[in-house]
Amino acid sequence: MSTATETAAGAAARGRESGRALAIAAVLIGLGLVAPLVLYPVFLMKALCFALFACAFNLLIGYVGLLSFGHAAFMGAAAYVTAHAAKVWGLPPELSLLAGTAVAALMGLLFGWLAIRRQGIYFAMVTLALAQMVYFFALQVPFTHGEDGIQAVPRGHFLGFIDLNGTLTMYYFVLGVFLLGFFIIYRTIHSPFGQVLKAIRENEPRAISLGYKTERYKLLAFVLSAALSGLAGSTKALVFQLASLTDVQWQTSGEVVLMTLLGGLGTAVGPVVGAFITVTMENYLAPFGSWITIIEGAIFVLCVLTFRRGVVGEIERLLKRAPRRR
Amino acid sequence: MLDWIHISIPPTPALFAQLLIGLINGAFYAVLSLGLAVIFGLLNIINFTHGSQYMMGAFCAYLALNYLGIGYWPSLIIAPLVVGVIGMAIERLFLRWVYRLDHLYGLLLTFGLSLIIDGLFRNQYGSSGQPYAIPEALQGARNLGFMFLPNYRGWVIVAALIVCLGTWFIIERTKLGAYLRAATENPTLVQAFGINVPRMITLTYGFGVALAALAGVMAAPIYQVSPLMGSNLIVVVFAVVVIGGMGSIMGAVASGFLLGLIEGLTKVFYPEASNTVIFVIMAIVLLVKPAGLFGKAA
Repeated sequence: MSTATETAAGAAARGRESGRALAIAAVLIGLGLVAPLVLYPVFLMKALCFALFACAFNLLIGYVGLLSFGHAAFMGAAAYVTAHAAKVWGLPPELSLLAGTAVAALMGLLFGWLAIRRQGIYFAMVTLALAQMVYFFALQVPFTHGEDGIQAVPRGHFLGFIDLNGTLTMYYFVLGVFLLGFFIIYRTIHSPFGQVLKAIRENEPRAISLGYKTERYKLLAFVLSAALSGLAGSTKALVFQLASLTDVQWQTSGEVVLMTLLGGLGTAVGPVVGAFITVTMENYLAPFGSWITIIEGAIFVLCVLTFRRGVVGEIERLLKRAPRRR
Repeated sequence: MLDWIHISIPPTPALFAQLLIGLINGAFYAVLSLGLAVIFGLLNIINFTHGSQYMMGAFCAYLALNYLGIGYWPSLIIAPLVVGVIGMAIERLFLRWVYRLDHLYGLLLTFGLSLIIDGLFRNQYGSSGQPYAIPEALQGARNLGFMFLPNYRGWVIVAALIVCLGTWFIIERTKLGAYLRAATENPTLVQAFGINVPRMITLTYGFGVALAALAGVMAAPIYQVSPLMGSNLIVVVFAVVVIGGMGSIMGAVASGFLLGLIEGLTKVFYPEASNTVIFVIMAIVLLVKPAGLFGKAA
C-alpha cells in the first residue's frame, strides 16, 4: 500500500471521527439543554457531577491503564475546600471552585508521585490506602466538622451577577462546568499527549524505548484526572450546599469504578452513561437500603464476567460490525 | 525537645497495654496478609473479598453459638471449613474466568463479591455489633509483674504465631508446599508433570480464605461481630501488604506484627495519628524501597 492512500484513508477516517465527535457533542449539549424540562433538575445535577467524576477517572483507567481505587479522596477533599472557601471565607463560587480544584490537583501531584512507583494491582492498593488516609484526616480535623460535614454552603453569585440560588440557573451552571470538563478530557485524549498515553497503556516498555519519559506522562495524566475529579466534587458541594464524609469514603471510589466499568472503559461517553444509570438506580433503590450495595456488587460481577466493554463499548462494537455486513 | 519526650512518656502500664493491643492488631494483620500473599502467589489475584471472608468467619462462630449451641473451640475448626468451602465455590463459579485477563479484573470481581456479601449481612444483621463471649477457659487475666495480661489476648497472639509458622512450614518445608511454589513459578510445567493445577488453585484459595475466617473467629470475642468489621480492616491490610511486599510468607507475617506494634506505639505518643500511621509508613516505604520491605522488584 502506498503512503499516499494511507494518508488519504487516515484523513478520511479523521474526518469521519471529528464529524462523529461533533454530532455526539451536539446531541449531548442538546440533551443537556432540554433535560430539565423533563427530569428533576437536582437529580440531573447530581448525575452530571458524577458523570464528570467518572470521565476524569476514565482518563486514567481507560487511556493510561491505571486503576485508581482512591479517587474519592480528590472529590471529597475538593468538596470540603470549596465548601469552606464559600462559607467561611465568603469567596464567590468561581473562586471556591478554583480553590477546590487546585487542592485536588496538588493532592494528585503528591499521590501520583507516590503511586506511579508501583504498577497494576499495587497501584490500586496504594491509591486506596492514600485515600483512606485522607478519610481519617477529614474525620479528625476540625474544619470538616466530622460527621456533620460542612452544611448550608452558600451558592453565591457566579461572576458577581448570576444568582445561583435558582435551581434552573444552577443546573445550567453545572451543565457548563460539565461540558468544560468533558471538553478538556476529550481534547486531552485526542491530542499527541493522549496518543502517548495510549501507547503507555498498550506497551509501556516500548514507549520507554521510543524515548518517552512515561513516568512524567503518567503523572501528568494523574494530576489532570485528580483536578477534574476535584472540579466535580467542588461543583457537587455547591449543588447540595454540603460537603460530607460520604464524598471521601472508599465506597465512593468504588462507585466511580462501577460507573466507568458499566458505561465502558476507555470510551468517551461511556462514563457519562454509566454515571446516569448508577445515579438513577440509587435514586429509585434508596428506600431499599443496603440492597443498593448488593445490586452494585452484582453489576460489578456481571460486568467483569460477561460485559467487559460496558454499555457504550458494546454499542460501538455493534455499530462497527453493522456496515461490514452490508 | 528532650523535656517534651520526658513529659509525654506515659506510665508504663498504659504503654504496655497499648503495645499489647498493637500486638493483637498485628496478629490479625499478619494472618490476613498471609492469606492474601498465599492467594496472590498462585492466583495472581488480590482478594478484595478477604475482609468479607474474615467477617463471615466471625459470623459463623456467632451463629453457631446462638443457633446451634456450638462453642468457641469447635468453631475454630468449623468456621474456617465452612467459609473455606464457600470460598472454593466462589473460585470455581467466578474467579476462574478471569485468570487469563488483566489482573485488575480479578480485583474488580472480588470487590463486587465483597459488596454483595457485606450487603447481604448488613441486610440481615444491621450495622451494629453483636457481642461474643470469651470462652470460659480463657477468661480472666494473669499478672506478668509489669502488667495484667488478659488470658484470651495472650492466646490470640500465641495462636496467630502458631498459624503463621505452620503455614510457613507447610509452604516452605513440605512436598505439598513444594508443588505449590513450583506452580507459582511455572504452572504449565507443573501441569505437564501430572499435577492437577486447577484443583490446586481451588484448594489454595480455600486455604487462604480459611485463614481469613480463622482470624475472624479469633477476633469475635475481642471486637464485636459486625458486618462492617471486614471492610474497615481490609484497607489497612492492603497497606500492610504494600509495605511488606507479597514476595515472601515471612515478610507478610513480620510486617503484620511490626505494623501492629507501631500502630500501638503511635496510640501512646500521638493518638491523633494512630489511624493514619500505617498509611504514612506505606508512603515512606514507597519512596525508599518501592518494591516493599521484603518484596523483589516487579
